[in-house]
Amino acid sequence: MAHLTPNRIVLDVLLAEVRGPERGGTCVFMGTVRNGPEESGVTEIEYSAYDAMAEAEIERMLGETEAQWPGVRVGLRHRVGRVPVGEASIAIVAAAPHRSEAFAACRHVIEEVKRRLPMWKKEYRIDGTTAWVDPSGKPVAHGP
Amino acid sequence: MPNVTVLFFARYAELAGCESTAVAVPSPATVADVVRRVRETVPGARALPDRPLAAINLRQVKLNAPVADGDQVALLPPVAGG
Repeated sequence: MAHLTPNRIVLDVLLAEVRGPERGGTCVFMGTVRNGPEESGVTEIEYSAYDAMAEAEIERMLGETEAQWPGVRVGLRHRVGRVPVGEASIAIVAAAPHRSEAFAACRHVIEEVKRRLPMWKKEYRIDGTTAWVDPSGKPVAHGP
Repeated sequence: MPNVTVLFFARYAELAGCESTAVAVPSPATVADVVRRVRETVPGARALPDRPLAAINLRQVKLNAPVADGDQVALLPPVAGG
């Protein structure tokens, strides 16, 4: 299963991977590319990855999560390449027998993504500049 | 003398001016030795931090992890997925 994709994330496909008659609660998290007051005219973010390690890390994260919350099934897609403002860069779905495990598992996976997934993002701005973004969300280096 | 492949990503690849290089380090060697060798031999790599995040063969490791002949050592900028 490839978790990294250059294509738009289709939620229905992801939901179909985790649904089951014994799972009554499903939690969905979507992260979308933002141009809010803290950004400087962002139009797109380009996501790059250490592909082989990122796929392996995602497999490990999902396995650990499903072991921590028995009965839970988790799915994940992360975009690579350029993603325009407003489109999803990541989607996580967690289906569980009950809602509390679904929320907890979903939250756990996004926090692990932020902590250990070998991916990087570069902002593209309306003025033509670009900047790598560090984990705190702040630009670290500018380019033309 | 272990020969390892070193991979650079994102901003580190821009600084190094390449996505990979090969280095030989005296045995026994650690990831820190590989980083030191890379900073000496790849011109742009001098701008890399001397204690970057690193992985060997797809798993994140500490800088004192041993490297073996044929290993793939990745130097990773602070991760920013999601």
